Amino acid sequence: MQASRFDVWVGMFVLIGGAALLFLALKAGNLLSLNFDQTFQVTAKFDNIGGLKAGAAVKSAGVVIGRVESINFDDKSFQAKVLLKLQTNTAFPKDSSAKILTAGLLGEQYIGLEAGADEKNLVAGDVIHRTQSAIVLENLIGQFLFNRAADAGAPAEAEAKP
Amino acid sequence: MSLFVDAGLKPALARAMVFPPATSVPNAPPTPADALVELRDVSVGYGDRLVLENVNLSVPRGKVLALIGTSGGGKTTVLRLLGRQLRPVNGQVLFDGQDLAPLNLDQLYAVRRRMGLLFQFGALFTDLSVFENVAFPLREHTRLPEAMIRDLVLMKLNAVGLRGSSALMPSEVSGGMARRVALARAIALDPDVVLYDEPFAGLDPISLGIAARLIRDLNDALGLTSIVVSHDLHETFGIADQVAMIANGRIVAQGTPAELRASTDPLVMQFVGAHPDGPVHFHQPAVPVAQDFGLAIVEKEAA
Amino acid sequence: MMLVARLGQAVRLSLTDLGSAARLFVSLMGRLPRSLMRFGLVRDQVYYLGNRSLSIIGVSGLFVGFVLCLQGYYTLQRYGSAEAVGLLVALSLVRELGPVVTALLFAGRAGTSLTAEIGLMKAGEQLAAMEMMAVDPLTRVLAPRFWGGLIAMPLLAAVFSAVGIIGGWVVAVPLIGIDAGSFWSQMQGGVDVWADVGNGVVKSFVFGITVTFVALFQGYTCKPTPEGVSQATTRTVVVSSLAVLGLDFMLTALMFSI
Repeated sequence: MQASRFDVWVGMFVLIGGAALLFLALKAGNLLSLNFDQTFQVTAKFDNIGGLKAGAAVKSAGVVIGRVESINFDDKSFQAKVLLKLQTNTAFPKDSSAKILTAGLLGEQYIGLEAGADEKNLVAGDVIHRTQSAIVLENLIGQFLFNRAADAGAPAEAEAKP
Repeated sequence: MSLFVDAGLKPALARAMVFPPATSVPNAPPTPADALVELRDVSVGYGDRLVLENVNLSVPRGKVLALIGTSGGGKTTVLRLLGRQLRPVNGQVLFDGQDLAPLNLDQLYAVRRRMGLLFQFGALFTDLSVFENVAFPLREHTRLPEAMIRDLVLMKLNAVGLRGSSALMPSEVSGGMARRVALARAIALDPDVVLYDEPFAGLDPISLGIAARLIRDLNDALGLTSIVVSHDLHETFGIADQVAMIANGRIVAQGTPAELRASTDPLVMQFVGAHPDGPVHFHQPAVPVAQDFGLAIVEKEAA
Repeated sequence: MMLVARLGQAVRLSLTDLGSAARLFVSLMGRLPRSLMRFGLVRDQVYYLGNRSLSIIGVSGLFVGFVLCLQGYYTLQRYGSAEAVGLLVALSLVRELGPVVTALLFAGRAGTSLTAEIGLMKAGEQLAAMEMMAVDPLTRVLAPRFWGGLIAMPLLAAVFSAVGIIGGWVVAVPLIGIDAGSFWSQMQGGVDVWADVGNGVVKSFVFGITVTFVALFQGYTCKPTPEGVSQATTRTVVVSSLAVLGLDFMLTALMFSI
């Protein structure tokens, strides 16, 4: 292969392209925020996971401390079984509770972990027992209407009983 | 004369470095020992139109054969057949006793390396300099060191008189010079046969003379076989050993230039004598004159 | 009746074209490994196709970034989400506009030059001369140019997106006054390296193959006359642009379902 006067320019071109790709990956994308820390796995069961997806964040006090690994259906208890991967440098008591929360008003759903009071901490393979399901809009509205009906019914009864 | 003799390494030595030995096809009928190229009963055409019909031609080794004939008569088709750029509908095209038809691509390329083809306007690679153009076959087909390639290229350019122009680009040389560069490129690998497609077209008298001299002298000095397709009878007859005339898809005359000049065949006579009318009509087929101009036919009264 | 006959003939011609294109593609693929060994040729083509397109790609990217930011801001600030304009610019560029606009510009600039070059080589009998010199034009001429386009396109698309994002930053932060920190953090929170940037890179590879091959095919099969070459260059731009847009839709749909 003969050396050509184009060598330098082509090399620079490839370098510029590579730098652009790197820029996109690092500055514009989230490559730097991918953490490769050690994690351990725990399970949590929910009645309704709402819109939670695999890969969603697990946050405590608003800080990301883990990710949702996978979501399966447990057909013995008819609940959703969610596998969480938590960072090893966080230690939560065994009776911590997991809630499904929404980021912003209509945003993505994530799991919020609140610390309990137990002396012993969660280890790999543990199950989080205290869970709160996601808020499903239809149930909320139905409950609201039921409450309204109940409230309307009670004074009517009170009036009907002289 | 000596200007044109130092045209390259001893051909045999160069060939030994570059080419594998040619293999013959078994069961081929024996070629006359001195024919390098042969067409046997070749017909070629597109659809119903046959450009060549049952043509038999054999090109003797070491000689210059001129192919002359009317435009579109099939002369360039013969060259295309020899390189297998066209395939015959019937018959065989033989190179050194080997039928070209059953060859696969590698074998065909091995045969083509033994041919040089000079295209009508040179067909130089416009993005390469003169030097690089002539070096192209050497670079593609040999692994010779750079210094040797340089020497070979300059020798070839010297043979055609253009050693001083090696750094120019094809756009910077005249038509005649471009054709000479193409000739140098065609003989770069010391082929066995060189095919010339209209080498004299559009050249000034000096370049014409140079081109004719080059064809003849290279043929003799390198032991080549040459096939020249041309319209220029004067120059061609001056350098050819054999002439074949192709018209209407057939060979109508074959012989030495002197024999063709003396021929009594009307078509050959019209061609050689450059008469406007004869077997090749002046007027193209058309409706009668009177019909086109709306004239009534007037009978001449006998005086 | 004539109309139907003409339509049938047009369909048959297109099918024939498609068939010969497929055949050329397969032959070209077969010769790609061997041509990569002549890396000097490939490198020269990367220069002609890539380096020489850098200026048009860079400038276009910059202006597209400017405009995206302005238009995005205009709409987002109605919903109080002006800080998300960085995210908007980045996602639009990286997923969609980077590969597609680069491919269209590449077709116009590099594609036409490829077609014209090969068409003129064909018209000047250079390809036939090469064949007669026992050099395969597909390996020596077409394959290096294919590699050149394939290597250059993704790099150009990345440059386009990167320059566009910087252009967006220029309009958003110094000119409009959006907070620089939110600009970048919103972007980084929303652009996923594999899903978004990765998709864009895959797209630009596919577009690179398409545009380069269409240009090579049109040049290789054009009529060796001036009119033939000019028709071929026009067809290069039209066919590759349509192909890019069609493939873009298919790839986007595919990527959404993955």
